[in-house]
Amino acid sequence: MARLLRAVAVLAVLVGLDLALPRFLNPYYLRVLMLCGISVILAVSLNLINGFTGQFSIGHAGFMAVGAYGSAMVSLHVGQHWAAALAGVGIPAVIAQGAALLVALLAGGALAGIAGYLVGLPSLRLRGDYLAIVTLGFGEIIRVLITNIEAVGAARGLPGIPPWTTFFWVGIGMLAVIVLSLRLANSTHGRALFAIRDDEVAAEALGVDTTRYKVLAFVLGSFFAGIAGGLFAHYNAYLHPNSFTFIKSIEVIAMVVLGGLGSVSGSVLAAIVLTILPEALRSAQEWRMVIYSLMLIILMVTRPQGLMGSREFRWPWRHRPAAPPAPAAGGGA
Amino acid sequence: MAVAAPPGGAAGPGGGRRRVNGDVVLALDHVTMQFGGLKAVAELDLEVGRGELVGLIGPNGAGKTTVFNLITGVYTPTHGRILFQGHPIQGLKPHVIAKRGITRTFQNIRLFASRCCRDNVCIAEHVHARAGLLDAVLRTPRFARDEAAMRERADQLLALMGLDAWADVRAAELPYGQQRRLEIARALAGQPSLLLLDEPAAGLNPQESDELMHLIEEVRRRFELTILLIEHDMRVVMGICRRIAVLDYGVKIAEGTPAQIRTDRAVIEAYLGEDVHADLGA
Amino acid sequence: MSEFLQQLINGVTLGCVYALIALGYTMVYGILRLINFAHGDVYMLGAFFGLYAARWLGAQTHPNPASALAVLLIAMAGCGLVGLIIERAAYKPVRQSSRLAALITAIGVSLLLENGGRLVFGADPKFFPQIIPATNIALGGGVTISNQQLIILGVSIALMIVLRVIVLYTRVGKAMRAVSHNHTAAAMMGISVDRIISVTFVFGSMLAAAAGVLVALENPKIEPYMGILPGLKAFVAAVLGGIGNIPGAVLGGLVMGIAEVMVVGYVSPTYRDAIAFVLLIVILLVRPAGILGTATAEKV
Repeated sequence: MARLLRAVAVLAVLVGLDLALPRFLNPYYLRVLMLCGISVILAVSLNLINGFTGQFSIGHAGFMAVGAYGSAMVSLHVGQHWAAALAGVGIPAVIAQGAALLVALLAGGALAGIAGYLVGLPSLRLRGDYLAIVTLGFGEIIRVLITNIEAVGAARGLPGIPPWTTFFWVGIGMLAVIVLSLRLANSTHGRALFAIRDDEVAAEALGVDTTRYKVLAFVLGSFFAGIAGGLFAHYNAYLHPNSFTFIKSIEVIAMVVLGGLGSVSGSVLAAIVLTILPEALRSAQEWRMVIYSLMLIILMVTRPQGLMGSREFRWPWRHRPAAPPAPAAGGGA
Repeated sequence: MAVAAPPGGAAGPGGGRRRVNGDVVLALDHVTMQFGGLKAVAELDLEVGRGELVGLIGPNGAGKTTVFNLITGVYTPTHGRILFQGHPIQGLKPHVIAKRGITRTFQNIRLFASRCCRDNVCIAEHVHARAGLLDAVLRTPRFARDEAAMRERADQLLALMGLDAWADVRAAELPYGQQRRLEIARALAGQPSLLLLDEPAAGLNPQESDELMHLIEEVRRRFELTILLIEHDMRVVMGICRRIAVLDYGVKIAEGTPAQIRTDRAVIEAYLGEDVHADLGA
Repeated sequence: MSEFLQQLINGVTLGCVYALIALGYTMVYGILRLINFAHGDVYMLGAFFGLYAARWLGAQTHPNPASALAVLLIAMAGCGLVGLIIERAAYKPVRQSSRLAALITAIGVSLLLENGGRLVFGADPKFFPQIIPATNIALGGGVTISNQQLIILGVSIALMIVLRVIVLYTRVGKAMRAVSHNHTAAAMMGISVDRIISVTFVFGSMLAAAAGVLVALENPKIEPYMGILPGLKAFVAAVLGGIGNIPGAVLGGLVMGIAEVMVVGYVSPTYRDAIAFVLLIVILLVRPAGILGTATAEKV
């Protein structure tokens, strides 16, 4: 009962924010906020693969693209007709559009998850840096394919996507991926992922089906990247393959590494910082990428474990997970 | 030279098959492991009976760890069969074999360095977890029960190994001796019926080795385990092993009780050396 | 048939360029297990250094072999220095960190060189001066080879031979091979591992610079992002031949060059860049160790 009440409360907060924020924030800040949310989903999803499981995936933008284009196509060809039909019989537009968006997001996520499966399964027996290169290659191949498929607009881009993304849905996406990650981390399945990261041979010898779990990490991570892509598609209302280049993958990796590989709260924090930073530097457009790259280098040289290391930020009054928390972040042990 | 041995009796000529009393838990039948031109293990016949503590000794490079790797599924034998509780297991993947009840420790400690001791042990209980992924995400009662049970078992094992004070400490920060114990605790967590210990006394001082010997014996009794032990420390081997098999260049050159092995000509030449007699008198 | 031979000549020439760049990747990987993402951008810098050297020497107003050679050497020296700086400033500090951290650092350096280059040189393409007047030489049967292609072939083969001699017959080369096997053991033999790593970077960068100048002879348009694709393709070439393996890099480079030219000539120009990715995926799924590479198994 308590859990149900909590869930309702959370939803109410999201709805409240969804209504209130546009009143208090000008459109520019609102846009930055939305992009922050989408970046958080991307970073936390990549953290499942790179942080929890220790796999080198550097083509995450490809999965985002699959989700973005997949969900957009669903909405354009099916979703918006349904939404219109539902609205026609008196269902409020918000609900109709929300439902259509949800369907589109799940479809995009599922497609991205399938892509993650197809990329992950054959590649997982490769050693670290080789896996990185294959994921990079796949990311680029997906982008090149999109650029050459007429039906999704090819190099001209895909316009006219219904702009259904609201803060509520971004919030739902963020919550979903964060809660899933944290609950996974404090479970035997999460421990299996960490074990694979620390010593794959030992993990296998102790009964962990390493292939199954690595694929699982890939599929979950790519699924949520697809969700993020879908949210982006229905926010931007326009998609272009150049939004999903290797640079985008790097940006997400930078978030996960800056936050600390394996730390969910670190990924959230870093995603916010690294989304706001380029915006803050927008005035120095010329210098933006130079500063960004210098920052990456300096970060790696001075503090490669990132902001949070592999620790999580612990709320003292937080609901206890099934396994008691490790010593507080400050103490470290 | 000894004649053909009666069942349960003296050592046979090197490489001969020996019948054990009671259930055979593990049987290696003409197992060969070939890497290109190198025969790491050659036509090995070995049987281990229920509840036995069998030692596997030999010079470095004799193939002992390779035998462990074969049993646990890291390698698939080039020829031969490996039978566990009567069923062939060669060719199965390591995690499947672990689930069937064979766990091990490693020659070069392979702990999960970033995790605390309790987590290290809990991971090994994964084989018996009943709560699935959905249970974990939805935090069902079944999940809570599973996790609580795992945690309790882990704490018990840590206490048994004298590691309860270190339960929340990162494995990488443990002193060496404690790390070795943690590896054993971890191997026990999977509730194995066959435990493979790869040089558990390596790097320990004589007092620590003594404690380890008693620990292994107690563990074997309490959990009704069958244990196969690789060791170079002859005091430990001769002290706790009921039977010993000796490998040299991948070939079993002798098998028998500690007394028999100690005096076996071939073993002395290949491995033990003459002076060992005096050391092991005590 | 003559068209095939023509394509083959073009492919081998392109392949030599890829080989020069691939050598840098493979040597650094062999010694550090690091994929030097920034290597393609060093190639770009080679072309730019060559450009400014040529202007400074007035090589296009009075084209002659001596000043052309000087341009090449200045570019190589400049990039050697850049490689040294990159290694000392960015890669050395992360040598003990996780592999992913090193990868990120390399990517950061690459982005820095590209975008820094854009700031310094300007985003608009520059034109490399013709420091060697171009002529075509007919080889019979309709097959021609330009003197630039001959120079590319000649210079790259000469450089590869020099490298081979250094690696096989000099103390430095022996030290390089030792370090690529085992840092600790090499250090115990009295080898300064740090110095050898720096030397490796310098050699690799010099070769990449040479490739940059050679390519600029034939394709004079140079711009700060020109290193991305050739860098990627050369990396694939190195993997193809067996990363860490020096003859493998040469073999891989040739295969890549010939494959690319053949695909463009006989299939379609749109797949010019895609062939690199396809080759990469294929080799990594079929034989990750590469053609000449040896798979190393992990000791359990």
